[in-house]
Amino acid sequence: MRELEYPFEAAYILKKKRSLKKKLLSDGTARVKKKIAVLGGSTTSDIVSVLELFLLDSGIEAEFYQSEYAQYWQDAVFGNPVLDSFEPDLIFIHTTYRNLDAALNVRMTRQEADAVLEERYSRLEQMWSALDRKFRCPIIQNNFELPFFRLMGSREAYDYRGTVNLITRLNMKLYDYAAEHESFYINDINWLSAAYGLDKWFDLKYWYLYKYAMSLEAVPEYAFQTANIIKSVFGRNKKCIAVDLDNTMWGGIVGDDGAENLEIGQETGTAQAYYEFQQYIKSYKDLGIVLTVCSKNEEENALAGLSHPEGAVSPEDFTLIKANWLPKDRNISDIAQELNILPEAIVFCDDNPAEREIVRSQLAGAAVPEIGEVTDYIRILDRSGFFEVTSLSEDDLKRNEMYKANIARANSLARFESYEDYLLSLEMTAEIQPFKPVYIQRITQLTNKSNQFNFTTKRYTQTEIEDISKNEKYVTLYGKLADKFGDNGVVSVIIGEKNGDTLTIELWLMSCRVLKRDMELAMLDALAAAAAEQGISRLVGVYIPTAKNKMVKDFYPDVLGFSPLCANSQGVTSWELDISGYENKNKVIKVN
Amino acid sequence: MNAKEIYERLESVFQDVFDDSGIRLTGFTTADDIEDWDSIEHITLISAVEDEFKMRFSMGEVSGMKNVGEMVNLIMERGK
Repeated sequence: MRELEYPFEAAYILKKKRSLKKKLLSDGTARVKKKIAVLGGSTTSDIVSVLELFLLDSGIEAEFYQSEYAQYWQDAVFGNPVLDSFEPDLIFIHTTYRNLDAALNVRMTRQEADAVLEERYSRLEQMWSALDRKFRCPIIQNNFELPFFRLMGSREAYDYRGTVNLITRLNMKLYDYAAEHESFYINDINWLSAAYGLDKWFDLKYWYLYKYAMSLEAVPEYAFQTANIIKSVFGRNKKCIAVDLDNTMWGGIVGDDGAENLEIGQETGTAQAYYEFQQYIKSYKDLGIVLTVCSKNEEENALAGLSHPEGAVSPEDFTLIKANWLPKDRNISDIAQELNILPEAIVFCDDNPAEREIVRSQLAGAAVPEIGEVTDYIRILDRSGFFEVTSLSEDDLKRNEMYKANIARANSLARFESYEDYLLSLEMTAEIQPFKPVYIQRITQLTNKSNQFNFTTKRYTQTEIEDISKNEKYVTLYGKLADKFGDNGVVSVIIGEKNGDTLTIELWLMSCRVLKRDMELAMLDALAAAAAEQGISRLVGVYIPTAKNKMVKDFYPDVLGFSPLCANSQGVTSWELDISGYENKNKVIKVN
Repeated sequence: MNAKEIYERLESVFQDVFDDSGIRLTGFTTADDIEDWDSIEHITLISAVEDEFKMRFSMGEVSGMKNVGEMVNLIMERGK
């Protein structure tokens, strides 16, 4: 929804939050449901209602628990029956400078100031451990923003008796805790309040009258940043950026001006601005974001521009380059198709409002930020939070190469007599094993973002996956697939629950980048073998329809040879397979 | 700015905040007359009114307002 995209008008969102909510809820989007507990150290009501809007806008329908006023610590440490029975999927701890009660004074010794720091920190840590023990779900914790006054002026920053100093040291301790704990995320309000401006952030009227720790006007910014973390934790991040070229990646029009006359590099201010933007885009690659081009140009001109010796990028940085005269919405939907991702996973970045409008109106779901002038590009993309990083796995770092290898595979396909010949030529090897600790993060990530090849679309937190991997009741498998073009990493996951002689497949997903490689057959072979070893004679598979998983609707009967068991009126179907005398189906992948 | 104009603009702010196009204001309208006007929505409302008339109320003014009539008077005072 345009009103909720960065840069947004905070006052408008606050004023219209009721009607915006109504509009979002009636727009027919299918959303995942999540339960979020907000443990507040100050008033949370408007924060929660605006957070709700941003989450709805990104496909998450949240139900909220809110602590009674400022009861965050008591709720966490001593529990309370309402919170306990709420069973949150995520906990957001809304604490601020106001909860710190820094209580320093200039007569303190270093030891005394350190003791204050330790005491404040241990109270927080006690709370996190209690929550982790009880709820085992992701926790988002604010760091602390700087105070609105400085008794000693600048000395506050470097003198141990200064509150600025205390907050800085406390924040470092929070970061150390975060580094050691998976599923614990810091909401950086220290940065946000600085970006917003501390004088504006601390509109004290809102504290004295309503116990808001920040000005009401700042609430949408704060809720937006928080929503970005939540979106990322629940796997709603974008995966790919499609950039226009002329006047987006460089100044000038390469087809008219010639590559040598483009404004890019260090010569002029404008050239430097485009250069920094190119650098920014290029660094997305290391986060596993797929870079593509969508430009109205002759391809040779586009390549000449991208090869500009003063530029920061080169054509090889881009997995796909669509430089042609087709409408841009067509090109974006082609990019989605070729990468096997959904259009809504793409961010389209173009300086031309008319092109933005076409993509926005013709292609539902794609994100089309209003990127403004070249001096705004980085800020607006950055603040939009499309790619908020909450975990960074090995696979993320290699993703661009993987997509490139995929496209190389597609090109070589043309030269083979039969599809099986082609598959054999790929020299595929797979590793299919029960869950291992090193892959837990990647497995969790897959369960939260795979939509298409996913029979049940069950989402799991990292803690749940850890628990399942240790529980005897479950048979778990991950599958890694490599071939001569590269390693795809972990691409498939199965979780089966044992019940007598039956194994029910509660989760089976596969990354779309390895579709049609017979990996699913290799997974079934491994599942049948693992099940048989545990005395199981029957597999039961369930299909739960969603807007996105039609691809596997008839997969159990048509491809895997399961027989029908039952179906209900919501389209949920169950299938069974007798695995006594099971014969391996995969003939093209070497396993383990 | 005359009172009539202020009432019209206020009415539209109230309608937006409470998402109810049926709201009509008089000088005697108070929180008791509008179902969703609770202490939480009061915050949003005051801030939306400030935004509409490009002015900020002081703390004392916010806590002292008894009904819409007083709000209108305050806005007129400031507009002079």
